[in-house]
Amino acid sequence: MFEQSISTLAKQLKNKDISSVELTQAFLKRISTLDSQLNSYITVSDELALQQAKAADALLQNGQGTSLTGIPVAHKDLFCTQGTLTTCGSKMLNNFIPPYESTVTSRIQQAGAVMLGKTNMDEFAMGSSNENSFYGAVKNPWNLTAVPGGSSGGSAAAIAAGLAVAATGTDTGGSIRQPASFCGITGLKPTYGRVSRFGMIAYASSLDQGGPMAKSAEDCAHLMQAMAGFDEKDSTSSEIASEDYLANINAPLAGLKIGLPKEYFGDGLDAQVAETIMNAVKEFEKLGAIVKEISLPNLQLSIPSYYVIAPSEASSNLSRFDGVRFGHRCDDPKDLLDMYMRSRAEGFGQEVQKRIMVGTYALSEGYYDAYYLKAQKIRRLIKEDFVNALNEVDVIMGPVAPTTAFELGSKTNDPVAMYLEDIYTLSVNLAGIPAMSVPAGFVNNMPVGLQIMGNYFAEAKLLNVAHQYQQHTDWHLQTPEMAKGA
Amino acid sequence: MSINKQDVQKIAHLARLALTEEDADQYQNSLSSVLSLVEQMQSIDTDGVEPLSNPLEMTQRLRDDVVTEDNQRDAFLANAPQSEAGLFLVPKVID
Repeated sequence: MFEQSISTLAKQLKNKDISSVELTQAFLKRISTLDSQLNSYITVSDELALQQAKAADALLQNGQGTSLTGIPVAHKDLFCTQGTLTTCGSKMLNNFIPPYESTVTSRIQQAGAVMLGKTNMDEFAMGSSNENSFYGAVKNPWNLTAVPGGSSGGSAAAIAAGLAVAATGTDTGGSIRQPASFCGITGLKPTYGRVSRFGMIAYASSLDQGGPMAKSAEDCAHLMQAMAGFDEKDSTSSEIASEDYLANINAPLAGLKIGLPKEYFGDGLDAQVAETIMNAVKEFEKLGAIVKEISLPNLQLSIPSYYVIAPSEASSNLSRFDGVRFGHRCDDPKDLLDMYMRSRAEGFGQEVQKRIMVGTYALSEGYYDAYYLKAQKIRRLIKEDFVNALNEVDVIMGPVAPTTAFELGSKTNDPVAMYLEDIYTLSVNLAGIPAMSVPAGFVNNMPVGLQIMGNYFAEAKLLNVAHQYQQHTDWHLQTPEMAKGA
Repeated sequence: MSINKQDVQKIAHLARLALTEEDADQYQNSLSSVLSLVEQMQSIDTDGVEPLSNPLEMTQRLRDDVVTEDNQRDAFLANAPQSEAGLFLVPKVID
């Protein structure tokens, strides 16, 4: 039951082979048995989940509902959920109960899905290892001494261990794709503006994008059916109509043009990861795809550009945490300034404070042109690289990360080394295009993700390409040892 | 690119973060290493390149200036660290 796809579970629910209450109870029990090993959930919402499951069963009884009705899912603890604690992985929001619901979680709820709880994450989505959570690090189900990746590490670990059928994540510089790669699941970062940011706690507003995480591309497509689309509450939401993400998922790939950027296969890429990715590319050739080498010459510049733009936007976004209206307030403030300064110093962790200060510096008087404006100009060069490449090919493929999941604690003392890990994912957010991570094999028993990048609003195409690959491979169906037999 | 401890305290003040001496030492190192990392941008010729702020180059949509939300004062005050008589309470600002 814990390894079933959304389609299979939806059929069983529809045929009354199982009820949503039974399914939900089984997942809740499994979370209470297994999650002490992983720490993938910050909050488990038992009562709410059972209420929602009962409501789903009532709909199903009348032959109503969607393919998500009665399916137990989890949400990254960055989406505001009305009445349910939403921490964003921070001490700052240790007691924050949102008075409203994010558009993404609201749409998934309206489609009838059951919320099991809120998943762990790097504080304010700042991190690539999930070690920056106030609520403790998350462990990788494939190796309990390795990181699950970040920042959506809780969602990825929960899915890999069968503690949720699917989950939401957010991706500002790789936070859906890299943990999906490290945990051996499938994740999609949609085009900027495709999925509403309303009720998503903001990190870097011109880069942030929510998306689905699940075992397979088909399951991600089911979630996209509910999540995607225009939202008037998000002023950067795209008015372009969303697609039917399942309609063409079975289209054959003969003639598909795949670009392999040479910059994605250079120094720094683990040789066995490179080999795994090339094997996946060969599989696509067997399906009739045509492979071509391309170039994204400014790839290396995505790191400095991102680490100016993201912190700058963060320093502005996180100014709202002032100890006045919500969040942590220090004890006995002697005046207003003291309250701001101590509340923020106590409420934010080190990585968050560091990024706020980098951004504050980059935006401060005399430095704006040299940092923020310069980074935005380079951002255009990076976007133009992708636009040019995608004029020649349908999709771009490469690794998601240079290595498999690394050991807990191995990079915490060298944050710049951690930033360099994001080399293959950052540029996608700067350009705003969609991209996926798809399980493509193992190196020393640790999963490797293939990254598939596409043109603006080509999510249905990406899901089609990934689904066809998954019809011919079984990497996405593998289960970690700790999740077997439980 | 490296910055000194006074710079760190100045940035921290602008960002409204209270730092201890030890914090400032540590952030001096970590901020300097991030600033060195981003320094490589300066060698790139971007003359004539327009800055890109929104990847889709969209402009913000405007809406009609009408009331769309109900008053939810009590719901919003429920998360306030301190409130009184329907207002947020803060330390005294004017003597």
